Amino acid sequence: MGILEVNNVNKSFGGLKALQNVNLDIEEGKIHAIIGPNGAGKSTLLNCFVGKLVPDTGTVMFNGQSLLGIKPHEINQVGVSRVFQTPEIFSELSVFENVMIPCFAKRDGAFTLNALNRVHSEQDIRERAEEMLVDVNLIDKRDMIASSMSRGDKRRLEMAMCLSQQPKLLLLDEPTAGMARADTESTIELLKTIQERLKITMAIIEHDMGVVFSLAQKISVLAQGTVIVEDLPENIKGHPKVKEAYLGEAQV
Amino acid sequence: MDALLLQILNGLDKGSAYALIALGLTLIFGTLGVVNFAHGALFMVGAFCAVTLQHIIGLSKITIDPTKVDFLGNPAKVKTPYVVEWFGESAGMTIIDWAVPLALLFSIPVMLLIGYAMERGLIKHFYKRPHADQILVTFGLAIVIGEIVKTNFGATEIQVPAPDSLAGVSDIGAMFGMGAGQLAYPTWRIVYFFFALGIIGAIFAFLRFTTFGMVVRAGMADRETVGLLGINIDRRFTIMFAIAAVVAGLAGVMYTPIKPPSYELGMQFLVISFVVVVVGGMGSLPGAVAAGFMLGILESFASMNVVKSFFEAIYLPSIDQIIIYLVAIIVLLTRPRGLMGKAGVMEE
Amino acid sequence: MKSLAKSDKRTLLFVIFIAIAAPFLLNPFPEGSAMAQFNAGYPDLMQRFAYFGVLAIGFNILFGLTGYLSFGHAAFLGVGSYSAVWMFKLLGMNIIPGLILSVIVAGIFSLLIGYISLRRSGIYFSILTLAFAQMSFAMAYSVLTPLTNGETGLQVYADDPQVFMNENSIAVPHLFGLKMQDTFTLDIGPWAFQFNIGYYICALFLIAAFYMSLRIFRSPFGLMLRAIKTNQTRLNYTGINTRPYTLAAFVISGMYAGLAGGLMASMDPLAGAERMQWTASGEIVLMTILGGAGTLIGPVLGAGFIKYFENIFSKINETVLHGWFAFLPDGLENAIVWVLHFFVGKGWHLTLGLLFMAIVIFLPGGLMEGAQRIGNWWKNRRAKGKTSSAKTTPAE
Repeated sequence: MGILEVNNVNKSFGGLKALQNVNLDIEEGKIHAIIGPNGAGKSTLLNCFVGKLVPDTGTVMFNGQSLLGIKPHEINQVGVSRVFQTPEIFSELSVFENVMIPCFAKRDGAFTLNALNRVHSEQDIRERAEEMLVDVNLIDKRDMIASSMSRGDKRRLEMAMCLSQQPKLLLLDEPTAGMARADTESTIELLKTIQERLKITMAIIEHDMGVVFSLAQKISVLAQGTVIVEDLPENIKGHPKVKEAYLGEAQV
Repeated sequence: MDALLLQILNGLDKGSAYALIALGLTLIFGTLGVVNFAHGALFMVGAFCAVTLQHIIGLSKITIDPTKVDFLGNPAKVKTPYVVEWFGESAGMTIIDWAVPLALLFSIPVMLLIGYAMERGLIKHFYKRPHADQILVTFGLAIVIGEIVKTNFGATEIQVPAPDSLAGVSDIGAMFGMGAGQLAYPTWRIVYFFFALGIIGAIFAFLRFTTFGMVVRAGMADRETVGLLGINIDRRFTIMFAIAAVVAGLAGVMYTPIKPPSYELGMQFLVISFVVVVVGGMGSLPGAVAAGFMLGILESFASMNVVKSFFEAIYLPSIDQIIIYLVAIIVLLTRPRGLMGKAGVMEE
Repeated sequence: MKSLAKSDKRTLLFVIFIAIAAPFLLNPFPEGSAMAQFNAGYPDLMQRFAYFGVLAIGFNILFGLTGYLSFGHAAFLGVGSYSAVWMFKLLGMNIIPGLILSVIVAGIFSLLIGYISLRRSGIYFSILTLAFAQMSFAMAYSVLTPLTNGETGLQVYADDPQVFMNENSIAVPHLFGLKMQDTFTLDIGPWAFQFNIGYYICALFLIAAFYMSLRIFRSPFGLMLRAIKTNQTRLNYTGINTRPYTLAAFVISGMYAGLAGGLMASMDPLAGAERMQWTASGEIVLMTILGGAGTLIGPVLGAGFIKYFENIFSKINETVLHGWFAFLPDGLENAIVWVLHFFVGKGWHLTLGLLFMAIVIFLPGGLMEGAQRIGNWWKNRRAKGKTSSAKTTPAE
């Protein structure tokens, strides 16, 4: 029994079948990577988990609860957070405020009319946000306006925002894309330590095989909208079907 | 049946004006990405081009005719318009009579100039600014234009008659196979409708069949890519803006015999035209035109007594005054992007 | 007060001081002097400063924080005015029931309009609010005549029920006997300072409104509203349901507008449909932008600024101008007066339009940004002066 179970999911756009009978089982406490050539349907699949898209058929169950047809904020409230491919942050707010918002969402739920409290006297939230910023090494930049940060910092900020909610499942869409080598390394380290400490289940979409093999405990390979292989990392390397999928792409 | 037809006709001239203004607004929004709240003012400036020309043509030389006396017994002053003096009695009077159509020619260079100046001087600097800023600055400009017109022409409405031969009513009924005299309709309103159709047709043909138009359409679909192709977008933006200004101006010139213009005309039409654009779907030219005619006609239907009393019976009184807004609300709630709008336009 | 940060406390005290001292501050020129026409310290205008300030503060909670640009806020102002006048007609001239009802009715009204309009964002939202406001205006003007008295406007008549009143009651708006129109004039030398009850009642509400908005700005709720302005997608994926937040902001700002409308009617017990027209809504937007949307004090400044210049500029006519420039040679005098007369008196709107354009073009942050820039420039200059003197000292 996994924390996220995907059964026979189909999704097509017009005539194009983006996902065909996708089955996926993400085990609790593991880092599960989803890899595949461009256009394999990875992002579409992720969008089906967070309520951005609704599959045509099939089920997506999270902890025994269906995620289909409920709104993004409700999905987040049951414990699924997502890091986007291009960082989605509150660019006009300060770094610290960026991290405080998810903490409030975690504590107060989807809506609270706390118009007379002071952000400044919310000690628990502030401590939590500060800890998180220390973890991602952004504490020095806490008062910066988020839009003025480098791209790598923005990604780390977004990760901090998601992690501060202590989600049961964290979805990461190419978390290291466009990062410098050093940033990639530190991100891998960060994810590893967080995972060991908090046992957060993670699903990662990633192109960088170095990242995949240093993080993943299980890998699913997606090609042309279906899962062709799902196995442990050591078995994926050199798997004939995987080779075929990637080489096939290379030949095109 | 006659009544129905009459209401459709009644709606057409208003609808034509809405459609022409909305068309210009959409052209500007689609190509330049600018929300122009001063577009109603351009319509009003067009109307005042007609007023100005009428005034210029009417300028008269005053002579004293010793053979006649006025009621005080003094020698009578006789006003002879210069055009009559120069071109003779019949030609001169014809020119005076046809002041409004002549104003079309007069307004084109004026509107081109205004459009050019406005785009180069102001709008250009607002391409990258948020839509709210564009709305606000053009809103300010609309106030300024309105006030300038007010200082020069006063605050009251000014009558500008249509040419005599087009000022009467036409027997429309005969055209639709009814008996003579069954359905009469002001000729100028029919002229206005066909004029609007002509302009709309010309704009669509221009966009469809010229290279310039093709680039503009491509730009409307995907501005960034066209910019990357190395096409000089800036110059085309200026031209498109000037064209939209001319369309608004022409629409204004021709509308003067239907509604005597005052400086407030621009704002009256602007608010409704914006509703039209939004109902049609931001960025969609056919949407703007269709919504313009649709709302014009609906407005005219809503002013029928039968319709009014029906809506009064279901507790929606004075439907003629609120119909446009009511339709806008219903359309926007059922079709989030208007009738023909595209996704992702103006939703931030 | 304890719950405020130091700088916020200072801002609040500043606003309180300005509000209390306004009759002095706005009346700097002695009576009868040439500059006396620039005085703004008379009751009618000061009242307007205060209730338009309340209106702009409320609008800023919606527009300044969430970025939702409502073009129909005047509807709530109008509804507030009508409600208050109805209370005067039915109950009596004490302003309290009127103010309470105006806030409640505006709240309900904005809840309805907001619930529907907020299903869309961007310009679609603006047009929806505009449509609702125009509909309200058209209906107030025509069919709702039994409620609004149509073109004439709603006012208090002698044969109204006024159940709490007898022949000894006060016949003008009052607060437990304090008449809104009562003014106490303090003469100090050539100065005449006017202290008006109505103004101080309005000022009290202005201070309360400002304090509330300060609390909202600094609260987690305010933080969420600012987050909505920046990135609604992220907020949704962070587990926040944005709709109730925007709706709450809309209703709160609608209630502010209702209160402003109620105060307006309390100062002058009339209510007309034109108060709901879109030009009135446009004016609210102008005030907020001019002062600085999203800043605390900006909207109040903007409201004061517009109302002041509206009043002063529209009073200046050619005779006044000739008086000013009489010292110049005749030709020059006439030329200057001729140029200026377009911008004053009836031409005030031209000045307003130009000013507004200038603000949007050069100072998108409004007067507050201007003040900040001047402050920074001053600081830099002083800092430069210090460093240069520091450099020169060792050489000596």
